[in-house]
Amino acid sequence: MSTLHPFLQVENLARAYPSPTGGTPVTVFDHVNFRIHKGEFVCVTGHSGCGKSTILNILAGLDTASDGNVFMDGREVSGPSLDRGVIFQSHALMPWLTVLENVSFAVKSRWPGWHKNKIRDHAMRYIELVGLKGAEHKKPSQLSGGMKQRVGIARAFSIEPKMLLMDEPFGALDALTRGVIQDELLKICAETQQTVFMITHDVDEAILLSDKIMLMSNGPHARIAEIVNNTLPRPRERSAIHKQPHYYPIRNHLVDFLVSRSKQFGALRDAPDAPSSPTVFDPADLIDPAASTEPEILHTPPVGKPHIHLVNA
Amino acid sequence: MKMKLSLSQKAGLLSVGLFAVLLLVWQLATLPEASTAAANVDPEYAALMGGGTASTASSFPTPAAMAQTVWDKLSDPFYDNGPNDKGIGIQLAYSLARVLGGFLLAAVVAIPLGFAIGNSRVFYQAVNPYVQLLKPISPLAWMPLALYTIKDASASAIFVIFICSLWPMLINTAHGVANVKKDWLDVSRTLEVNPLRKAFRVILPAAAPTILTGMRISMGIAWLVIVAAEMLVGGTGIGYFVWNEWNNLSITNVLFAIFMIGVVGMALDSLFGVLGKRVAYQE
Repeated sequence: MSTLHPFLQVENLARAYPSPTGGTPVTVFDHVNFRIHKGEFVCVTGHSGCGKSTILNILAGLDTASDGNVFMDGREVSGPSLDRGVIFQSHALMPWLTVLENVSFAVKSRWPGWHKNKIRDHAMRYIELVGLKGAEHKKPSQLSGGMKQRVGIARAFSIEPKMLLMDEPFGALDALTRGVIQDELLKICAETQQTVFMITHDVDEAILLSDKIMLMSNGPHARIAEIVNNTLPRPRERSAIHKQPHYYPIRNHLVDFLVSRSKQFGALRDAPDAPSSPTVFDPADLIDPAASTEPEILHTPPVGKPHIHLVNA
Repeated sequence: MKMKLSLSQKAGLLSVGLFAVLLLVWQLATLPEASTAAANVDPEYAALMGGGTASTASSFPTPAAMAQTVWDKLSDPFYDNGPNDKGIGIQLAYSLARVLGGFLLAAVVAIPLGFAIGNSRVFYQAVNPYVQLLKPISPLAWMPLALYTIKDASASAIFVIFICSLWPMLINTAHGVANVKKDWLDVSRTLEVNPLRKAFRVILPAAAPTILTGMRISMGIAWLVIVAAEMLVGGTGIGYFVWNEWNNLSITNVLFAIFMIGVVGMALDSLFGVLGKRVAYQE
């Protein structure tokens, strides 16, 4: 992975909304900078109202930034494109179309010149990939919530986008279904080497899926406060992941951030010596490779937090 | 013996019962009166009145006479003995043709216009005052204007149907198009669907149930209005038939026409009900 040419580069992104009372505009987030490399799975988390979804919509081209730029593959993002597939939280399937028709609609949009049979075969391949073979002629209303979201995943993958954007795709599902679909997503992403930007409120989901977790401070004036490198080795297994030595340090760090640090960041940001880029947390920094991997050591990171340092400062 | 009846069986039995009660009341109300009054009536005059020589009853038919009329009329619906004596099938066909003509014209105007209004807030606000002003006008109020400008009675009736079918379709189409779920539009944006394909493959199916409801309301109103319009323009059609039979003092025929208007109206409505079910979707 080359740091010089990141696949996706977000520079100084900001979004302000006109104040409802007519005063100065409310800035939801500003100075948002990050990069995503090809094949990377990046999760974003933070409290509601920090503008995560707005960032995703800007990346998708469905919303526009007040300031800043987004570059993908060297070109500026200025509108929606088939290069970026979106999986919506509400699945957004068209209820008058069957599963196959919903996926085919996307495939035909991507390759308008294709023959009917080729479109169907291509759509079927992705329907099979998400395990919905046999349900292709059902309408969305006949499917469970989990199955609907699978169709959404199949539709997004079927256009073979350069990048996938997911806005809390499993937020509306029950825990068991969520687990099953997460495993499937993990498998599909491993197979396709898909670059993914995903919003989630679920810390465990972020740890299971991501290579990098971006933590956003609370709005207004939200920013990406910290970036956590998820060093857990792949392939990951839900049942065994918590036995990894890096699991609890990462999880504690994330929960800690969401519970307390996300609120304090505002004051920190306005301090004269405020960092201009997010701090990076890498569990590899705090674990002495020579030390034993007994869990209790992992719960006590070194005093003075030497593991947090500036990135590209 | 214990019998369990389903809901529709119970309702069916009750319907039959109601019909029996109606027939009974009708029969009792139309029993021939005592012959004293009848004796004073010249039988020839009575014959002219359509009562026939034997019957001295009022010209309101008994259920049996009514049934006979319905049977006679329906067994030969398409005879044509000149302008004042045509089969019920022909009269209804004239009315249906006018309704269909006006309705289709209205659909051709209202659905594309509704699409445009529903898609653009500016256009919506610009057109809305006109729609609000024109909508409550009784379609028959347009009749003199139509007769003056079009100078053709039958075409004027079609115009009246056009104007009364226009508003529900226009408003429902605009409403349906404006309220297409943002998710579906976002999906088509991210898939770079071109505007024409988006209109036909996303917006139209999404708005179809609302549009069809508008068409159903329009058709209902059109069928109400055609009777009145044809009473005014005359010549042919079920409305003209009713008025002509009133002039003939044939209450039996008037009753028969009323019944047929109801039957056709019901058929039209259930046709749109079926179409509506076709385009309906469940989220």
